[in-house]
Amino acid sequence: MNSLAASATLAASATSTGEAVQFWILGTVAVVGALCTILMKKAVHSALCLAATMIVLAIFYLANGAYFLGIVQVVVYTGAIMMLFLFVVMLVGVSAADSLTETLKGQRWWAAACGLGFGILLIAGIGNASLHSFTGLGQANAGGNVQGLAALIFTKYVFAFEITGALLITAAVGAMLLTHRERTERALTQREMAEARVRAGVQLPPLPAPGVYARHNAVDIPGLLPDGTTSDLTVNRTLKDRGQIRDVSAEAIADIKALEQRSADRLGRDEEEAKR
Amino acid sequence: MENLIALLVAAPLIGAAVLLCGGRRLDRAGHWLGTLLAAASFVIGVVLFSDMLGRSADDRSLHQHLFSWVPVEGFRADIAFQLDQLSMTFVLLITGVGTLIHLYSIGYMEHDERRRRFFGYLNLFLAAMLILVLADNYLLLYLGWEGVGLASYLLIGFWQHKPSAATAAKKAFLVNRVGDMGLSIAIMLMFTTFGTFAFGPVFAATGDASEGKLTAIGLMLLLAACGKSAQVPLQSWLGDAMEGPTPVSALIHAATMVTAGVYLITRSSAVFNAAPDAQLVVVVVGAVTLLFGAIVGCAKDDIKKALAGSTMSQIGYMILAAGLGPIGYVFAIMHLVTHGFFKAGLFLGAGSVMHGMNDEVDMRKYGGLRTYMPVTFVTFGLGYLAIIGFPGLSGFFSKDKIIEAAFAKGGTEGWILGAVTLLGAGITAFYMTRVMLMTFFGEKRWQPDAKGDAPHPHESPRSMTIPMIVLAVGSVFAGGFFSLGDRFLHWLEPVTGHDHGDAPLSAGVITGATMVVLVIGVAVAWLMYGRASVPVAPPRGSLLTRAARRDLLQDDFNHVVLVRGGEHLTRSLVYMDHTLVDGVVNGTAASFGGLSGRLRKLQNGYARTYAVSMFGGTAVLIAATLLMRAV
Amino acid sequence: MNPVNYLYLASLLFTIGAAGVLIRRNAIVVFMCIELMLNACNLAFVTFARMHGNLDGQIIAFFTMVVAAAEVVVGLAIIVSLFRSRHSASVDDASLMKL
Repeated sequence: MNSLAASATLAASATSTGEAVQFWILGTVAVVGALCTILMKKAVHSALCLAATMIVLAIFYLANGAYFLGIVQVVVYTGAIMMLFLFVVMLVGVSAADSLTETLKGQRWWAAACGLGFGILLIAGIGNASLHSFTGLGQANAGGNVQGLAALIFTKYVFAFEITGALLITAAVGAMLLTHRERTERALTQREMAEARVRAGVQLPPLPAPGVYARHNAVDIPGLLPDGTTSDLTVNRTLKDRGQIRDVSAEAIADIKALEQRSADRLGRDEEEAKR
Repeated sequence: MENLIALLVAAPLIGAAVLLCGGRRLDRAGHWLGTLLAAASFVIGVVLFSDMLGRSADDRSLHQHLFSWVPVEGFRADIAFQLDQLSMTFVLLITGVGTLIHLYSIGYMEHDERRRRFFGYLNLFLAAMLILVLADNYLLLYLGWEGVGLASYLLIGFWQHKPSAATAAKKAFLVNRVGDMGLSIAIMLMFTTFGTFAFGPVFAATGDASEGKLTAIGLMLLLAACGKSAQVPLQSWLGDAMEGPTPVSALIHAATMVTAGVYLITRSSAVFNAAPDAQLVVVVVGAVTLLFGAIVGCAKDDIKKALAGSTMSQIGYMILAAGLGPIGYVFAIMHLVTHGFFKAGLFLGAGSVMHGMNDEVDMRKYGGLRTYMPVTFVTFGLGYLAIIGFPGLSGFFSKDKIIEAAFAKGGTEGWILGAVTLLGAGITAFYMTRVMLMTFFGEKRWQPDAKGDAPHPHESPRSMTIPMIVLAVGSVFAGGFFSLGDRFLHWLEPVTGHDHGDAPLSAGVITGATMVVLVIGVAVAWLMYGRASVPVAPPRGSLLTRAARRDLLQDDFNHVVLVRGGEHLTRSLVYMDHTLVDGVVNGTAASFGGLSGRLRKLQNGYARTYAVSMFGGTAVLIAATLLMRAV
Repeated sequence: MNPVNYLYLASLLFTIGAAGVLIRRNAIVVFMCIELMLNACNLAFVTFARMHGNLDGQIIAFFTMVVAAAEVVVGLAIIVSLFRSRHSASVDDASLMKL
């Protein structure tokens, strides 16, 4: 992007006007994205806002001469980590909304007070520090940013790098261990399940299918019984637990009524006849 | 020659160890072993004595360093012995009288199945007493001091099956603890004042110490002496101590251990000479005890308790003499030695009488025994004449010298002390004559004992009479032997120093006065107990007599002041403890409990609350860092 | 414009992230806020690298990313297993840290 322009002014204590404009516009976007992250009711919205902030940060990395990091930020964070977040959000329930009312007494006030104090102190501290001369990365990036980083990683930080590798492996194994459920008994075969069903005598045929009136996301709409009420057996229990089932039975009954009305109109029968 | 000093102590110590640890197989010969070792100690003493006589007066002090007991930087306690003329006198008295009493005990304790143990205790006593008088520093002296206390406790309570004996032993031990506390405080004071407690360095340094400190040390030493020597106000144990076997009363509670206080004061003469206030208190204590013991002795019907009162009174004489300073030290020790002879003899005589009278101790149930026990009568009579100061006998010389020294103190003080000692001599004559008349003269008032056996008085066996005879000889001649040519004075003078003082009366006048009070005392006693008949049941008596029978209310005093007072003190302390201390403690606990109960609510289990506190803490940390940088 | 503004932005983002951790109950959102804080730090590191003219700051930021990746993997696994056992992703429901 404008990284080429930025690299020209990296050494100066003041940036180019282009970078300034970019900072003020994208900085605002980043802050708004961050605020949205913490204020959105649905986790999936929060995740999307966070992704936006991270992309803005990637641009800032590029502007600051960290070309490699900028790309890694996009690939690793927005590409991998945020996707992971989204997967988990899906797993937990994408449409489940949090209530934002606070349950802990005084928590919000304390959080606000601490946050304000912390932010003011941090900003005051930075403002107090004498950070007016910027060396810039022109010299450090002379041989190429990636080459410079590689030279550091594989010499000075080689041990940290290796240990980080070990950490990643450990994390991967740990995640598997945490989410893996050991099967303690043999899985039942189809035949055994069928036999058990017959023996119990409660539900001999397969469970009824959902989505009899498949106008929406059919999986979350329970099937209707002959009398028009819904059957809980037709929807996934996870959806039921999350409260994500949509009851359309009233709608359906109204629809049937309308259909009958229309057919009666077309056939020219009056209501008396129909009753009879 | 100085290597023999340790042997002096070792002989009875080995005896005690062997007899007490040896078990029953020593039952048959144990008493002879104990007596033999006591005699061995005496022989060693005599050898050392003859060696000492062979040297000039300035070169008589022997010193033996055995080993360093506590060798620490800035604190040094040695096991080391010092044998000078004063120690020598005591060594001969202790081992000599001790050997005689061992011999006597063989007969006296013949029927006691625990005789071996008794001799073990006696040997233990000898060893401890020798350590006491031979120590060259106060700490080792303290060791001996506690050792004799222990032996005394064991021997008073020897017949522990009698509750009265067990109680008496406990009482003696406890009262002695008070005195021992004084000695230990005195030793600590010495250490802080002089940095040492060896005799030589302490006495050499008394000139440098302030008089206040020396007075404090002196008073503490006096407290110790009061405990051990049964002086007012710690006198109450001696009368009860007569519950022990009679040889014990003779050896420990008449001749040797109770004189340890006199030894302590005489040995510490350098301290007392530099502290006149302490000396004055010593004299007062001596004078009070002198009369106290004499009055108690007049009222007692128990022969041993009457003699115990007499012992108290005679030691009062010695303490008084020791308190007079250089005028009196020599005479205190001289009276101590002669008293050791005649009082031990009197006790042995009393024991002999009890032996013949079914262990009856009440003199009102004696009477007319002189024909039945001739040897006892003669030896007891000689001891009696010696103690009342019959001219020519031991007591005459030693007591007369003390009375003279009391007058020689000078001024009003001298007159008062002289009068007190004279009065004491008169009372002594009275109560000793009373004992003599009630026991050996008059009609027979014998009563059958608890089992209904009528007494059959008889002379004691030879092992008992021989010591009595030897002691009687000592009571007759010792005083004269010591006084002729002032032998004893020249012997002890290098250690204690001597000062003639200026007597307001000539020696002849004082002797005459003594004779007059002596005759009055004897005459009054004869009128009351010789001419008049003695009733078997004690008459009601005057108020003073009744008080004296109760040891002049000493136990009542102790009970009211110390026991009741202590009870009140502890009760109020318990109250304080319950209200104040417990209140503070419980209040603190309760307030912390309440505070924690409130703080606990911060621990609500919600991770977010903890996160807030962490975040707040971080903010505070940043603030602190910035502040530090700003400053 | 002075590049120090990047630092102010980083502080602001960090504070917003921290506040989010404190306010939100959904464990996933809390976790996102933590990621936001990490990113704010990374921005500060990158800016410092520019300030000092060497690449060490970028290296640290790089390591932070790697560690964050590992953390996300484990953290999300924990959230998933928590959700499995409790049918809830609220951090307040797991208030086991008191008697």
